[in-house]
Parts: sequence; C-alpha cells; structure tokens
Amino acid sequence: MKKLMMTAAAAAVAIVATGFSATAAEKLKVGFIYLGPVGDLGWTYMHEVGRQALVKELGDKIETTYLENVSEGPDSERSIEQLARTGHQLIFTTSFGYMDPTLKVAKKYPKIKFEHATGFKSAPNMGTYSGRFYEGRYIQGVIAGKMSKKGVLGYIASFPIPEVISGINATILGAQTVNPDIKLKVIWVNTWFDPGKEADAAKALADQGADVIMQHTDSPAAMQVAAQRGIYAFGQDSDMIKFGPKTQLTAIVNNWGPYYIRATKAALDGSWKAGDTWDGLKEKMVLMAPYTNMPDDVKALAQKTEAAIVGGTLHPFKCPVLGQDGKAVECKGGANLDPGQILGMNFYVKGVDDKIPGK
Amino acid sequence: MQLVLEKRAERSTKIAILSPLLAIALTLVTMSILFAILGKNPVAALIVYFVEPLTDSFTLMEIAVKATPLVMIAIGLSLCYLANVWNIGAEGQFIMGAVCGSWLAVVTNGTGAGPWVLPAMLVMGAAGGALWALIPALCKVKFGANEILTSLMLVYVADLIMDYLVRGPWRDPKGMNFPTTASFDPVATVPALFETGRIHWGALAALIVVALATVMLGRTIKGFEIRVVGAAPRAARFAGFSSSRLVLFTFAVSGALAGLAGIIEVAGPVGVLQPGISPGYGFTAIIVAFLGRLNPVGILIAGLFLALTFIGGEGAQISMKIPLDLTKVFQGILLFYVLACDSLILYRIRLIATQKKASHGTA
Repeated sequence: MKKLMMTAAAAAVAIVATGFSATAAEKLKVGFIYLGPVGDLGWTYMHEVGRQALVKELGDKIETTYLENVSEGPDSERSIEQLARTGHQLIFTTSFGYMDPTLKVAKKYPKIKFEHATGFKSAPNMGTYSGRFYEGRYIQGVIAGKMSKKGVLGYIASFPIPEVISGINATILGAQTVNPDIKLKVIWVNTWFDPGKEADAAKALADQGADVIMQHTDSPAAMQVAAQRGIYAFGQDSDMIKFGPKTQLTAIVNNWGPYYIRATKAALDGSWKAGDTWDGLKEKMVLMAPYTNMPDDVKALAQKTEAAIVGGTLHPFKCPVLGQDGKAVECKGGANLDPGQILGMNFYVKGVDDKIPGK
Repeated sequence: MQLVLEKRAERSTKIAILSPLLAIALTLVTMSILFAILGKNPVAALIVYFVEPLTDSFTLMEIAVKATPLVMIAIGLSLCYLANVWNIGAEGQFIMGAVCGSWLAVVTNGTGAGPWVLPAMLVMGAAGGALWALIPALCKVKFGANEILTSLMLVYVADLIMDYLVRGPWRDPKGMNFPTTASFDPVATVPALFETGRIHWGALAALIVVALATVMLGRTIKGFEIRVVGAAPRAARFAGFSSSRLVLFTFAVSGALAGLAGIIEVAGPVGVLQPGISPGYGFTAIIVAFLGRLNPVGILIAGLFLALTFIGGEGAQISMKIPLDLTKVFQGILLFYVLACDSLILYRIRLIATQKKASHGTA
C-alpha cells in the first residue's frame, strides 16, 4: 500500500512536471467544445475534421484538446471554464447553445480568446463564426426543382431558428427558378440528431409524395430512407455518398478547417481580434460535394449556379423576396436582403407549404 | 468443483458495509486494466480522476454544484425504495418542478417584482414535482397500475410539456426563435455562495435535506413505518400501517424533492428554462440512492463521489485525452459491481464438489 502511494505521488509529480515542460515549449493550447460525439457523421464530426486539419497544418506550434458530448445545459459553462483554466488560449465553442456560457466565461477570462459558432453575442475577446449555408441550399433547390418529377420536395427541419428558416427559403427560391409551381413540405423533428425520428420524417414525406428529400438534421438516416424508396436526397454537413451511392445528388459540406487555421495563425502571431465571420462558398467554409446521379444538363446548371454565387453575380435572397402572403418583404440591403434580415429570418417566402412553429 | 450461491441465514451486516467499498475497489481494478489497454498510465489516470479534482477550489465547487441535484433527488428516492415503492420517474418530477417554478420567473420577468419571487418559485417547484409524482402514486393506489411503468412514462410527458412551453408561449422574444426563456431576473435567481465560483445556496439546501431525512428515518414513527412496510408488509398491516397512504406519502415527498432540485437547478447554475436542463439527473440519482445504501449520509457521499467521476472524467479528457465514453463505462461498471456485491449480503459463495445432480435451485 505504501509503495502504491509512493508511485502515485511520483506520478503526480510527473504530471505536474509535464505540465510545466509543455508551457516551457510555448505551444499554443487550442480547445474545442463539441455538442455531439465526434462520430456523429454530421455537425460535430465536421468540426472534428476541421480540428484535425488544424493539427495537420500547425501541429508543431499548437496542442489541441476537445471535450465532446457537452450538453448545452448547466454543464457547458463548467466545461468551457475547465479549458480556460487549463491553459487553453484559444477556445472554439461549436454550437449555438453555448452562446451565453461562452460569454460568461469570456468575461471572466479577458486574456483568453473565444470563438463561438453560429451565435450573435460577442465580446472584445469573443468572436463569432458561421457559414452561409443558405448558398448551398439554393443550389440544392435548383437541382431538386429539376429532378423532382412530381414537383414536391420534402424538408426535414430541426428547430425554427433563423438559420433553418433561411435554408428552407433559399431552397424553394432556388427551386422556383426552374419550376415556378414547385411545392415544399416541411416536417419539424425538434432535434439535431435522432436517426429514428429523422427516418420517420423522411418516410412521412415520401408518403406525402415528395420525391426529393433534404434535411437540416445531422444523421444520414433520411438518405438511407430515400435510397430504400428509390427517390433522391441530399447529404447534410458532410458528403454522405456512401449512404446513398445512387441517391445523393450532392451535399452541403461544412468546411471549418480553413477558418480554424486562419484564427489560430492570427492567435499565434498576435493579430487575433474578435471578429464576426460569415463565410460561404467563395471562402470555402461551405463546400458542395460532387454533383452525382443527375443528367448532364442539371449538373451543368448546378455548376453554373455555384459559379455565379461564388462570383457574386447571384444572391439567393435577391430582392424582391416575396413573403408567404405574396407581398414583397422590405429590402434593407439595397439589391439583396441585408445580412441582418438573413441572420434573423423569421418568415417563409411564397410557396412554402407550412407554418413556422410557434409563430 | 462448482461455484454456488448459498443463502445466508441472516443478512450480513459486515458485508453490507464492506460491499460498496469492495465494489469501488473492483471498479478501480477494472478501470486500471482499461486504461492500460488504451495505453494510458493507470496510476496517472486514476490520479486525474480522483485526486486532482479535490486539490483545487474551482473543481471542488463544481463537484458540489453537480452533486446538489443528485443528492436531493436520491434522498427522496431512497424513501420510496425503503418502502418498497418504485419511483423511476424522478427525471420527470425534476422537470415539472423546474417548469412550475419557472412559470413565476417568466411572468415576473422585467416587472421589477420583489424578493418574494425566489421563495415562491421554490415552493411552486416542490409542489409541481409532488403533484406530478402523485399521478403514478394515485394510479397505483386506485387502480393497481404498476408505478415503475407509469412514473417512467411520465418522464417523457414532462419533457414534452417543457418542450412545448419553451418553444411556444414562454419563448424569449429576443432569442432568435431558440427554445429558451429569457434569462431569469436576479430576484428569480438562486444566489451564489461566494464571489467566484458557481456553488450556490442550493448546496446548503441539499445538506439540510440530508439532515432532515436522517432524523426522520432514525427518530420518527414515519421513518419506522417506511422501514416496516418495506421490509415486512404483512407485519405492517397488523401494526395498522396503511401501505396505500405510504405510497402516496413517499411519492409526494420524493416528487417534491426532485421538483425542488429542478427549480434550484434552473434558477441557479442554468439561469433560464430550456430543453436539456437535466443531463439525466433523475436517472443518475437512482444509482446514487443505491450506491449510498439508501442511507441519507451514504447518499451524500455517493452523490459527491459520482460528481467527482464526472469532473474527473472531464479532467481526464483534457489532460490525458481519455475519451468521454470511458467515464460512462466507469459509471456503468461501478453500478454493476455494487449490485453484484450486494448479493453477497444475502448470499455467500461456496465451492462444492460436483455431484451427479447439482442443485441450482437455491440461487
């Protein structure tokens, strides 16, 4: 027993010692807070892919840590603070629900840099970052409008937050450019990740006549249902082609790596400032998976649309944007809706066959 | 040769005390093996898990924050389990307590209401949890419905009620449609105990609950009644104790405690009502109750111990890159060994020579 305690004491000393040597080497410690498990194949997985890209690029100058499956409740503040206390100088919190906890910890640790994904609150040491995913949605809408034989699209939605609503709107606006009479049915599953529910929703949509399915949830379940039903689907967050080799038309791929590298480089050379980053296809924070399972003319149209968005000649929310009642929405951004209108979007455009829950 | 479990003539008090310690020892051995398989130094890992969190005021406070709801809920559950009443739905009672108490926080938000708000919220939280718990209790007493099933099912009902409220009528108008209420006003918030750190007055409330439960179980007729009805229902009937009344009583008390824990949690560390306020506290508390031998002080220790594994597990993720799943495996193994070792209280293991007809029946 005494020997065991001696070993324990020695190990404790060793841990403390390695702690010091790490600081001596002056590696920047970068921390990540993940919502799901790293193996969810969706949202968290893509942040993990981004982290790995960061390690590959700057691995000799930094050390990274992640905490996974951190619920957005009372645990998250502690988890963020744990990273702050253990010498992490740059901390990425990768889900909307970490907004207030991140802000609280950021105020307590003014010298540490925080980056919060998809939120709208910031501080001198807390920046925000998100992707213009609606750009990818618009392209998917164009493809879906062309590929749907029945003219009915099915959309599995998670929560009625602006990002999801702008995705739904961008989809139908894209689809209307090729089929003005296109219908879009929406099912709200109130979850980001629940393969069972997502699959049920996909089945229900298919039963209602939808022959192209898209989802704003994270698992490949909808893709698998579409594959069984012989209809089309899109991947979400990551390229899901292996779940539907004959089903996936394309996928919106969240590409966080370049941003993580950029922010970390800025932290390393001292130029980091709390910013408000909102990057899209042009900056490659949003990528489209290869266009597959479609005729060449549809593929060409999709590529043309993508090039136009990247080139800035096409904006998915170009005014006039008609609301569900058919009246034009006030256009605050001149030629297009302004970023605030998109980031806070709380209305459907004309043609969406649904009512926003709780509105 | 053959291993058999043989019933003891009477329960062994010595083993009853030793069993949790034995379970913890076996868990540590198993975990060490797992750490070694993962290529981590087992001694260093165990230090990160169990020693480091105890050496720092921040983690100590966080352990108390985490243990507070666990202990409160588990105390209530232990009363049920001692009386042979099976309340599995503390999670739902926790949520309904949070919902009922939050109602006041939501309607008084921004109205400049006085300091009466928080006490009233606590009362409503406890009442909400108790009423929710009385549903399965009444179903059992009136219709003989199995309380394990009904109390468990009501967890999901409670969850969906909360879901509806925070997505609809109670949603923060400035919250970008996110399912959460507005942040509670200071008068609707459980104050922190110290300037820094998140430990709050709820931790003291949990200690008071432990003390009250100790007194009630050890020194009052009610405590005696709970034990007798649980241990010997027939004798209890002869003594004039009504088991129906006791079902209602234990469910109401455990529901009230779970509801109180719920409202303290949302008015304390969380500060808003939102889905996901409980990472399964109502279910984890079942482990805490049994790990603590259904004894109030034991539950306090067990709650702190389990909180320690959460905090230590997080530390292990950070400093040794040990995956979170291992912390969950750890908790599962612990419960497994506790239950396994408990069988030694009533049974003993014996090696006997194989005969033509081995008797398995007794085990």
